[in-house]
Order: sequence, then C-alpha cells, then structure tokens
Amino acid sequence: MLCKRIIPCLDIKNGRTVKGINFLNLRDAGDPVELAKFYSENGADELVFLDISATEERRKTLAELVLKVAATINIPFTVGGGISSVEDVEILLNNGADKISINSSAVKNPQLINDLASKFGSQCIVVAIDAKQIDGHWKVHLVGGKVPTELDLFAWAKEVEQRGAGEILFTSMDHDGTKNGFANKALAKLSTELNIPIIASGGAGTIQHFSDAFIEGKADAALAASVFHFKEIAVDDLKKELKIQGVPVRL
Amino acid sequence: MKIVIINYGAGNIQSIKFALKRLGMEAILSDNEAEIRTADKVIFPGVGEASSAMQKLKSSGLDKVIPTLKQPVLGICLGMQLLCNSSKEGNTKGLGVFDMDVIKFSNNVKVPQIGWNQISNLKSGLFEGISENEFMYLVHSYYAPLCKETIAISEYGIQYASALQKDNFYGVQFHPEKSSTAGEQILKNFINLKPNV
Repeated sequence: MLCKRIIPCLDIKNGRTVKGINFLNLRDAGDPVELAKFYSENGADELVFLDISATEERRKTLAELVLKVAATINIPFTVGGGISSVEDVEILLNNGADKISINSSAVKNPQLINDLASKFGSQCIVVAIDAKQIDGHWKVHLVGGKVPTELDLFAWAKEVEQRGAGEILFTSMDHDGTKNGFANKALAKLSTELNIPIIASGGAGTIQHFSDAFIEGKADAALAASVFHFKEIAVDDLKKELKIQGVPVRL
Repeated sequence: MKIVIINYGAGNIQSIKFALKRLGMEAILSDNEAEIRTADKVIFPGVGEASSAMQKLKSSGLDKVIPTLKQPVLGICLGMQLLCNSSKEGNTKGLGVFDMDVIKFSNNVKVPQIGWNQISNLKSGLFEGISENEFMYLVHSYYAPLCKETIAISEYGIQYASALQKDNFYGVQFHPEKSSTAGEQILKNFINLKPNV
C-alpha cells in the first residue's frame, strides 16, 4: 500500500539552514547536508529545501548545495525558492534534485508549468501554493503570503494540475506558525477535486495534527519545519503513532 | 568490476552514480557501444516521457545495442518500462525484452503515484536479504501489468509488476538509489550478480 509521507522542510539562506535549530548531536546544525543526513537516517520519507536567500550568488550556492545533498542522502528531495526558468530547473535536476518546487513564478507565468512538465516530466514538478482566507474565500498569496492575488485557491490548483504539475504543496497562511493544526477542510477539498498528490503544510504542532491532516484532510504527505527542528516531535515517534491510528506509513 | 550507466539524456543519472559511490563503487557514464558492451554490469536509467526517451535511444542507435547485451542489465523506472514491448505513454514501441505492454494507472487512484510502496512476492537474487513487503520509493504514472516475468509485485489500485526479469535483463519500477538502505542493498545485489553467460 502507498504510504503517507512525512517531509521535514529546511529553510536555506546562503547555503546554511536558518531558524535556530536545536540538534545537540550534530556537529554543525547549520549545515544543511548534515541535517539532511540526520533526517534521512531517522525516518523522514522525503526532504524539502526552501532557499530564501536573496543574493546574486544564490543560484550557484543552491546548485552546489544540491550536489552535496544528492551525494549524501538516500531518500528523495525537492528544492524550491526563487526558481523561475527552465534553465534553473535543469541545473538543479542535473545536480541530483528529485523534484523542484515553483510558487510565485508559476502565478506570474503559468506557462512555465507546461514548459517544465513537458521538458522534465510532471513527476518532478511541484507547485507550491500559499493561500489564506479573505471573507471566507481562499485566496492565493505571493511572497511568503504577503501579497494577495485575485486567484481562488481551488481554481488555481485545478489549473496547475491541468498544466502538468505532478504534486501540489499547499500552505495555509492562516495556519502557518500557529501550531494549531493543518487546514483540513481546504486540504480535503483539494484532495477530492484534484487527482494529483497534495502535500499539507502550515500548522503542525502535535502528532494528532498530522493524523488529522491525513484522515480528515485526505493529504498524501505532510510537511513541517519547527516541530521537527526543535525536536518537539521525532519523525520516528510520529510515524509509530500514525501507524497505531491506522495511517499507512513506512516504518 | 566495470559498471556503465547508459547516458542518453534521460535524467537523474547523478543520483545513481552517487548511490554507487556510497557503496564504494565507481560507475562510468556512457552512450558508447564499445564501452557499454565491455561493461560487467549495465544500468539503464530513465526519468521523463517514454516516446521522447525512445527517440533519443533510436537517434544514438542504442535501441539496437541494449536488447542484445549479454551481461546483467538493470533498467530503472522508465528504463524498466522501455525494456517492455510498448508503452501507452506517447504510444511508443519499446525495446521488446519483456513481453509486456506498459499502460497508465486508472483515474480511481491519484496519478502519478508518488511515494513509498511495498514490494512483495520477491523472486530473484536481486532481492537477496530484502524482506517481503519492504518499502521502495516510486514515482510513476504508467505501469507494467503482472506477467510471467514478474519478480516483485506492488499494489496501487491494482496489483502490478514492480520488478521484472528475463535472462540477464532486470527491471525495477522503483528507484533503488532513492530507497534508503534497502534500495542500496538491491543495487549491491545487482552489482554482485554472477554473469548469466
């Protein structure tokens, strides 16, 4: 049976992990390669690297990082952040990334999704969508949720699927950082209306939140950062509890 | 031991090379017939779309070379599918090693299948030391139905062949290079296979 996936997300700035990460047993918790290795050996099903640096050298730094990560870990990983062209994607995939994730660039230029899917295959194209509710309607936001658009979450998600995305990474800006649980109603709607996998993001605080995202939210995978980085939840413990609750996981 | 990874411009070769390196083995990337024919082991990778990958094989003449290889050959993901008779993806002919036509998952499951699924009914030295129902990482929209050459079964809506073998040809739908330590064991087993000739 296909398992539900648990995906730790690492924020990267200038080749280093950001957010104070509390890993006592790592020599250098700011080293994304070391952190990735730790997660890959401790039950993570996949990893996401999100580059938030804004320097001119960011492309080169990210490409070098991808090469090091690919050489080190034996599970799949996705790279996102500032990717806006076929050339960007080609370098990252050639350096060993399994998937890439695009967000604002897809909203600004939806044809990019078609171009990437036809050149590299849908299986490696993740479209990340940040959304929050305005007067009861889920609206797509850009720049980490700061800039609202007129796009409706569900209509945009459907378009993204039709254009050839292989997966959707949906972050609820209403839930992100709250540790109050994922946006399960919206997730379930996405999962029912679309026929590609949905990754839930934003709101993880407890083990039960993950279980709810899979059972109520019908998510195919769940992504989180701080609960894993600060060791509030160990990936292994999470998966053991999910299994007890009847969620299929890889243990 | 000479290991050649067939390099025909169809993706994710780096990951296989790195996985072998973690096992202490160096591989050569090549599209050269002589280089491929003199290898002890050949890995035939593939990511992307079937008909365009077949076009690339044809334009380099590799479509004639691969089916006539005598040493152990391992097709991975699209590589496995291209070793079959045909694929519905772009309606292309395949290399015809495995007597099976590759078809698309139906819409009562999410397509592509992405993630970790189990392999069972394991029947090959390729799976030495691998437990029944071990988890492997898969990403695919098309699959090979069960057939007499099936050496591993997975289930996604239906049961299908997640690995195939005929003579010296092996094919795995999953990505051993991305399937943690169990995947690395399968790669190691392939490298340690005795030649069939």
